[in-house]
Amino acid sequence: MDAQKFVKDFADQFEETNPDEIRLDTAFRSLQEWSSMMALVIIAMMDEKYGVTLTGEEIRASETVEDLFKAVVSKVKK
Amino acid sequence: MSFLEVKSVVIRGLAASVPRLIRDNFIELSQNEAEKLLKSTGVRNRHVASDGICTTDLCCSAAKACLEKLGWSPSEVDCLIFVTQTPDYLLPAASFSIHERLSLRTNCYLLDVSLGCSGYVYGLSVIAALMQNGHFKKGLLLVGDTISRTCSINDKSTFPLFGDAGTATALEYQPGGAGFKFSFGSDGSRKGAICIKGGGFRNPFSVDSLKEFDHGDGRFHSDLQLNLEGMDVFSFGINRAPASVAQLVDYFKLDKDGIDDFFFHQANRFMNEMIRKKLGIEIARVPYSIERFGNVSSATIPLTMISERANELTKFRRKNIACGFGVGLSWGSVYFETADLSIPEISYI
Repeated sequence: MDAQKFVKDFADQFEETNPDEIRLDTAFRSLQEWSSMMALVIIAMMDEKYGVTLTGEEIRASETVEDLFKAVVSKVKK
Repeated sequence: MSFLEVKSVVIRGLAASVPRLIRDNFIELSQNEAEKLLKSTGVRNRHVASDGICTTDLCCSAAKACLEKLGWSPSEVDCLIFVTQTPDYLLPAASFSIHERLSLRTNCYLLDVSLGCSGYVYGLSVIAALMQNGHFKKGLLLVGDTISRTCSINDKSTFPLFGDAGTATALEYQPGGAGFKFSFGSDGSRKGAICIKGGGFRNPFSVDSLKEFDHGDGRFHSDLQLNLEGMDVFSFGINRAPASVAQLVDYFKLDKDGIDDFFFHQANRFMNEMIRKKLGIEIARVPYSIERFGNVSSATIPLTMISERANELTKFRRKNIACGFGVGLSWGSVYFETADLSIPEISYI
């Protein structure tokens, strides 16, 4: 799986945030546009594009976009 | 997933009652917040019960309208199932309040069922299974909640989303009638995802029960109020609900293209649209009532049938699938055919 593609897929979900602001090491909760609703949008994106559904616990345990990517990768492997 | 088929019982009538009081998110929230909420959850208005209105009041109103429209006397009702999570008392069960107010017979069978979002599907399974042998000829399934009364005004994840409603479904034994086909599932390990943890016997009322705590993401509520873990419920819903419908269709070899309408629990529009797209059903066959009524817990499916499809259900023969999913966590789907239902106007109390 391509980490940079994941970053782009992640960034594409935001309406107001400049995509350049989002990198692998971005702490996504610090983004101004981040909200509980954005969390659902991200879960939906991962479900649609990667075929895995992260739980609330897995999202809460993630700090950066890379953490989410790793969580997705580990679930895809299963 | 477990499956059940019950024959020889059909739905004759449906009725709904909602509180008069409307909360409009465009009045109560900022324009920006209300627009975002409408776009994501699909909710604009909710009919909410003031402190004096209980679920039994809404359901009795719906039941009376339903019986009157059908021309049934209360004394003909052989069994009554009441599905709610907002009963009148800790005990006795709320169906006894209803029994008194509807003047039902003393030899009427009564039972409360404690379920929410999936409650209509389970309620149908209970009453249909009871009636299938014809000893009970006429039955009432009352389903409703005043769930808004459990929401903290300081909790953005629940307060703007939930409304209140009570519904009545009248069923009759009909030998050879098409009946119902069900699929069910449960996951008790995720009971905390939608939970009011205080006030019962595990965590009895105490001096701390009324204190509001910060649960993150703009959610402040006490232990006596509804806690909703949005991400967990969302992950659950977008997987279990479509699987539940797909397995119902597969197991009973139903013709998916021949289904007139799919009535989903009105959880939130964003989640429901994911479910709809996963099942590949066009939007014309998936009615929504959530903009006008919000999420009304156990009552969403019958309320949507009445508010969005009364014309079709009263005039034509219809093939329906309903799917409920949520608190428990619990999920279930049902296939049933209807013809010429009696449906009075929605009443407001």
